[in-house]
Amino acid sequence: MPVLVYTENADGKFKKSTFEVVSYARAIADQNNTSLTAISIGNVSKDDLNLLGKYGAEKVLNVSNDKLKNFVNQAYASVIAEAAKKEGADVVVLSNSFSGRGLAPRIGVKLEAGVADGVVSLPEQAGGKFIVKKTAFSGKAFARVELTSAKKVISLIPNSYKVVETNTAAKLEDFNADIKQSDLTSIIKEIVRSTDKVSLPDADIVVSGGRGLKGPENWGMVEELADLLGAALACSKPVSDAGWRPHSEHVGQTGIAVSPNLYIAIGISGAIQHLAGVSSSKVIVVINKDAEAPFFKVADYGIVGDAFEVVPKLISAIKEYKASA
Amino acid sequence: MKILVCISNVPDTTTKITFTDNNTQFNTAGVQFILNPYDEIALARAIELTDGGNGSVTVINVGEINTEPTIRKALAIGATDAVRVNAKPHDAWFVAYQIAQYVKANPCDLVLTGRESIDYNGSKVAAMLGELLDIPSVSIIKKLDINGSKVTVEREIEGGKEVLEMPLPIVAGCAEGVAEPKIPNMRGIMSARTKPLVVIEPAEVKTFSEVLSYETPAPRGQVKLVPADDVAKLVTLLHEEARVI
Ligand SMILES: Cc1cc2nc3c(=O)[nH]c(=O)nc-3n(C[C@H](O)[C@H](O)[C@H](O)COP(=O)(O)OP(=O)(O)OC[C@H]3O[C@@H](n4cnc5c(N)ncnc54)[C@H](O)[C@@H]3O)c2cc1C
Ligand SMILES: Nc1ncnc2c1ncn2[C@@H]1O[C@H](COP(=O)(O)O)[C@@H](O)[C@H]1O
Repeated sequence: MPVLVYTENADGKFKKSTFEVVSYARAIADQNNTSLTAISIGNVSKDDLNLLGKYGAEKVLNVSNDKLKNFVNQAYASVIAEAAKKEGADVVVLSNSFSGRGLAPRIGVKLEAGVADGVVSLPEQAGGKFIVKKTAFSGKAFARVELTSAKKVISLIPNSYKVVETNTAAKLEDFNADIKQSDLTSIIKEIVRSTDKVSLPDADIVVSGGRGLKGPENWGMVEELADLLGAALACSKPVSDAGWRPHSEHVGQTGIAVSPNLYIAIGISGAIQHLAGVSSSKVIVVINKDAEAPFFKVADYGIVGDAFEVVPKLISAIKEYKASA
Repeated sequence: MKILVCISNVPDTTTKITFTDNNTQFNTAGVQFILNPYDEIALARAIELTDGGNGSVTVINVGEINTEPTIRKALAIGATDAVRVNAKPHDAWFVAYQIAQYVKANPCDLVLTGRESIDYNGSKVAAMLGELLDIPSVSIIKKLDINGSKVTVEREIEGGKEVLEMPLPIVAGCAEGVAEPKIPNMRGIMSARTKPLVVIEPAEVKTFSEVLSYETPAPRGQVKLVPADDVAKLVTLLHEEARVI
């Protein structure tokens, strides 16, 4: 059963999460002694397409249709489903990104495939079964789900599978899919992307601030810390509700779920709804002046102290560490 | 304008999630169920869009009779009428299929859902519904406006946003920003009792997934506290022990 992986790009460039899904799809192909085909849609250079081989794709289907330059959910789903049929793929893998989450269900319906979103590890395939572990209850638990259909569509959570280099030579092929006019009725009016910022769902390190920071005017030191670490910024819900920070930075059960290598929480109490969205972070550091704050119970490292004293000290300590490294 | 809002009945956000029967069933003992927070946002926007008699808002839920208090709450908030498809919501595919059957028989101009349900969540229903109805779907939207036969939405993308214009009808999955949730007033609560709540039986459909078991995240070890006057130690630990910087 060949595996097809959709390799998402942003402005023509692949992201780390794309290489993660290719590595992950390669591992599923290996589990089944089969081949891996990648499909890329949009204007990606030949050099970048060849990079997909480095992570295990044997074949790369390249769709460079002018009408598909930008992401159109319906049309992309049709193209990927068509490619899956042409390749005879039984498993289609995507990233659980914003776009991936819009695509996977549509592809699933087209292929009459079971869909598992938010998958965090390789499938168990003993005895002809196909069982995946996925997040449930908005990060408070995991579910083991068996996909009982012949075909499967799964989307992988960013930062949950390591990029693995295999150095396969990928064969590039143009793929011309028929696109129905009715798949192209959505018109993109505007795309705003702040390219200088690390995007929160993909970030390796996240620096997050809560109500303990008192007001938006105090985010300067948080931003400085994030810049130093190459981290993305996040916040608790009351902070974005109060308009101190944009909603797009709100993490938790009703915000974005993140799973970075390092999550630094500053002035956040650690309410159950907040923890739901961040508890799968690999390492959690908590800075809070209240030693009884619930966040310390789920932290790996903590500093009990006033953020307005600790954060500036942390910034100088990191600068020193960087200067000596 | 006829708007359909899909609502789900989910454990309150403060719920500590535990399981029974050898970790195969969600433990509902003592759990309070609520209207999914994102569906509240979708419902609030639907009510705004039809304000002043400019159309109707139907809410639909796939669920057993125990979801009726949540459906009544939606009616109290301001929905015109309600439909309950009388079945356990097996998975997103099952739910989307049932709602699609309903929409095919009862066409509407706009279908709103939440970005995801906070229980078995997967943010799948909206896109599956769009595919089943062969209309556009868009999710994690932060803004939605209607101008004539077109709808303009703003959706979240990594590190930014995208503004899209689409012809009605569409399915849209709402997130924060679309509207402020509405709190039912006394008149709403009184009238909710008499508003129509139609119960229909589910259509037969194959299912493709089965939950075998659940697990909760592995507990972390004891927190290592670093004194506030020795912050450099934290940097050393993050570098040498945790190896994350
Ligand atoms: C339906 C619903 C959904 C929700 N979803 C989410 C969600 O997705 N994400 C989310 O985050 N919340 C969510 N919440 C809110 C959640 O319950 C908490 O209210 C919220 O997380 C608290 O935010 P906070 O920790 O920033 O503020 P607080 O609880 O006010 O905590 C502030 C912390 O800062 C500390 N502090 C104060 N001053 C200092 C200082 N000078 N230095 C260091 N520390 C200091 C205090 O000790 C305290 O622990 C939700 C709530 C509901 C009802
Ligand atoms: N049982 C259900 N009945 C009606 N609508 C539902 C149901 N489950 C989910 N939905 C809708 O689909 C959205 C996304 O849910 P999900 O795909 O389960 O994350 C929810 O916010 C609801 O609007």
